[in-house]
Amino acid sequence: MSMASTSPRRAAVRRTSALDGLLVAAAIGVVALFIVVPLVYVFHAALADGVRGWWAALVRDPDTRHAIWLSLTVAPVAVAINVVFGIAAAWLVARFRFPGRSLLVSLFDVPFSVSPVVAGLALVLIFGRQGLLGPTLAWLDWKVIFAWPGLVIATTFVTLPLVVRELIPVMEATGPDEELAAVTLGASGWQVFTRVTLPNIRWALLHGIVLANARALGEFGAVYVVSGHIAGATDTMPLRVEKLFQEYRTPASMALASVLAGLALVSLVAKFVIERQIAAEHRDLEAVRTTGDAA
Amino acid sequence: MIALATPFESAPLTPTVGTPRRRRRGRPVLPGFGTTAAVTSLVVISLVVIPLTVLVARAASLGPAGFLTAAWTPRARAAYGVSLGASTLAAIASTLFGLVVAWVLARVPFRGRRLLDAFVDVPLALPTAVAGLVYSALYVKQGWLGAWLVPLGVQGAYSYLGIVLVLVFVSLPFTVRVVQPVIESLDRDAEEAALILGASGGQTFRRVIAPAIAPAVVTGFAMALARSLGEYGSVVFISGNMPFKTEIAPVLIVARLEEFAYAEATAIAVVLLALSLALLVVINVLQYRLARSAAGGAS
Amino acid sequence: MSLYLRDISKSFGTFRALDRVSLDVHDGGLVALLGPSGSGKTTLLRIIAGLEFPDEGLIEEDGADITQTHARQRGVGFVFQHYALFRHMSVFENVAFGLRVRKVPRAEVTARVEELLRLVRLDGLGGRKPAQLSGGQRQRVALARALAVRPKMLLLDEPFGALDAKVRVELRQWLRRLHDEIGMTSVFVTHDQEEAFELADEVVVMNHGRVEQRGSPTEVFDRPATSFVMDFLGAVNVFHGRVENGRAYWHGIPIDYPEYPHAQAREARVYLRPHELELTADTGEARHDTTSLPASVLRVIRSGAITRVACRPHGSDTELQVDVATEQAGMLALAPGRHVAIKPRRARVFLPGPEYTI
Repeated sequence: MSMASTSPRRAAVRRTSALDGLLVAAAIGVVALFIVVPLVYVFHAALADGVRGWWAALVRDPDTRHAIWLSLTVAPVAVAINVVFGIAAAWLVARFRFPGRSLLVSLFDVPFSVSPVVAGLALVLIFGRQGLLGPTLAWLDWKVIFAWPGLVIATTFVTLPLVVRELIPVMEATGPDEELAAVTLGASGWQVFTRVTLPNIRWALLHGIVLANARALGEFGAVYVVSGHIAGATDTMPLRVEKLFQEYRTPASMALASVLAGLALVSLVAKFVIERQIAAEHRDLEAVRTTGDAA
Repeated sequence: MIALATPFESAPLTPTVGTPRRRRRGRPVLPGFGTTAAVTSLVVISLVVIPLTVLVARAASLGPAGFLTAAWTPRARAAYGVSLGASTLAAIASTLFGLVVAWVLARVPFRGRRLLDAFVDVPLALPTAVAGLVYSALYVKQGWLGAWLVPLGVQGAYSYLGIVLVLVFVSLPFTVRVVQPVIESLDRDAEEAALILGASGGQTFRRVIAPAIAPAVVTGFAMALARSLGEYGSVVFISGNMPFKTEIAPVLIVARLEEFAYAEATAIAVVLLALSLALLVVINVLQYRLARSAAGGAS
Repeated sequence: MSLYLRDISKSFGTFRALDRVSLDVHDGGLVALLGPSGSGKTTLLRIIAGLEFPDEGLIEEDGADITQTHARQRGVGFVFQHYALFRHMSVFENVAFGLRVRKVPRAEVTARVEELLRLVRLDGLGGRKPAQLSGGQRQRVALARALAVRPKMLLLDEPFGALDAKVRVELRQWLRRLHDEIGMTSVFVTHDQEEAFELADEVVVMNHGRVEQRGSPTEVFDRPATSFVMDFLGAVNVFHGRVENGRAYWHGIPIDYPEYPHAQAREARVYLRPHELELTADTGEARHDTTSLPASVLRVIRSGAITRVACRPHGSDTELQVDVATEQAGMLALAPGRHVAIKPRRARVFLPGPEYTI
């Protein structure tokens, strides 16, 4: 997301600074109330029993340990699937024209707008015991719902648009000329992709990965429906937080929540750094495009 | 050149010889069409198209009467009401707050602006469950905020208000980030012209600025609404989930699922899905219009 | 390497970009595809490169049919309009790219790249990135990159279009010298007549997806085959006139036109180049001279060594441009309102319908 604007501007047309001051105060107030205070609180509450207590809550409880492990295995797999999908879909949409292209692009957005619970339910209707594939899966003795594969599928669904939506604008903006040049120079498809395309999209790709990962770790609704919420087996971190909350074990719940919050902050920092890189590269791209002698 | 009349069509120079060979339209020059098309279709079909189709088909198999019975129970109606009502209130509040924040970030330089800007993205990264947990802890009587809100009669936790508050949290990044770039690229010349012509600040805002940012504001509202309608993780912690009072539609779906009442759950889910997709179309149209006005208008 | 295109047609949707275009490029030639936007010249170039495939037609290279050959296998060097340099690679790596994808051994790559950088006068800049180069330098990197794999033919799409005027002129001359040095068959696309004339052995004038005329620069300028060619290449005055009995008549002034010996008069269009019109002071005698036209000066615009004089023939409200040497303009004391006599030294006549050319 964009940084505060730093482009050179004329002395702005400003209203009285009293109004400005009021607006700034209001903005700070809103952000403080809705975002900052909760963020501060989660760390405060997590450390209510001191660092020892925080650590104990995380490490001593086997179900909580499992939840951490589960989240840290489900999320990367879902993200990896979405990276492969995102790259393929972006290449397809940005470099070729074919009937149905617009429809396809709008399908990418569907996971964004559908409630995660609805998504989870749809998956249950397919993979659940009474679902479409229920009998087949039972016969194969494959568990999808109430098991790890189901979690991966659900998480992949909700994070589907994130990588692809990052890559398409970048690929459309840079255009196919570099890749076509590589083709005329004799490069194979794979060589074109690895030597020319990938370096050009790497920051957008990283940005998408960071967003997808953050979303994957935090996903609740779809995973809730699909997992059966079986403690120690199919509870991811957010689900574990909820279970602890239901059991009135608030300090433990807060401790785990603070881990999630910490991971979210790490994601935000990574996102910020990547966005700076993207902005710098964007400037370079404009420079290369400029007509006439630049230097 | 001084031309005086329209040019005549010139005939081709060389008469054509030989038979032109007709060929099919050429294949793409860039590699990878086949592979990427296969992967993309596979994923989109198996992950998006089939699940949603199955959902709709399952609901359709109830028949119109059955569907209505399942989707229109009193409790379901109440749930739709709570969902729509709270989402709309939250979207309105979020749009207003978002506008203020976006304005300040785009126009008013102050110390700490970058920090404020960074915080706006937090709801995008923070798990909704954490948000719900923390909000409920904050607004109960013993919480940091509840301590002075509850005596004033403001019940933030386990209440309708709680739902609205948490939905504002999750939708704030959308209302800010859609409007912020539009404000940043406003044409200052137009504002200066208005002031020189004698308009007051308020008039300038109403007549020059507001129309320019209106499309973005409306788009932000629609996105906030869409985001709020589907929200589950945070609401579940803070609403108390009381049927007919603070139960949102997704919560009802889950409740029905846990009772193995698949038919009802499916029917309600389809209603919610229809609403979400309708909003998606509206948002796409709005974003298209927004992009068009940005290209042709004030930037 | 010689190229032979026959009846190439290409449409994009309903837009017919190329309509049965045929072209021969002989070995070692430097050919310019010249025409306005939308004339199909870039499409034709891309078809030669294999970046587009024709809907109909035949492409042969040294006798072999390459119509359906993929761009990767055509062995042509293509220089894109905006260079398409690999922006994350250094100049050295850009030029080396074609060699690297062919798994050429490292030492050989280094030798070849350095040789090319010397050739294009960029030695020492191998470590820079494209963003750090000027437009002219980027252009030369694009050229070196295309040449690195020893292509059979060099194709350039508006190679100097994005550069400043002065750089353009310098690079033009440089490219011509380079071509003479390495003798590679080259085809380039341009909409700039001056560029085509200065660089090319042969100019192919295109319009609306068709070839209007091809020939040496002198040929197409002095003996334009169609009214479009005459119009496109340089300024021209166009008038209604008629032809009859081996003469064309323009404002009553006869011009020899043996191509139309028939007695039946026909409407024609008379094309006069501004510098092929003579301007003399109107001294009254001119009124009786049937070979010159009395006119009044409307505007005098000095443009360096040439002065453009806009005139209005008496008894008409048409406008006519005459180019005279500035010295002469001074001697005639040309100013708005001055009476002058205009005499055509040469004219070309184009008849409507199937073109009769001179």
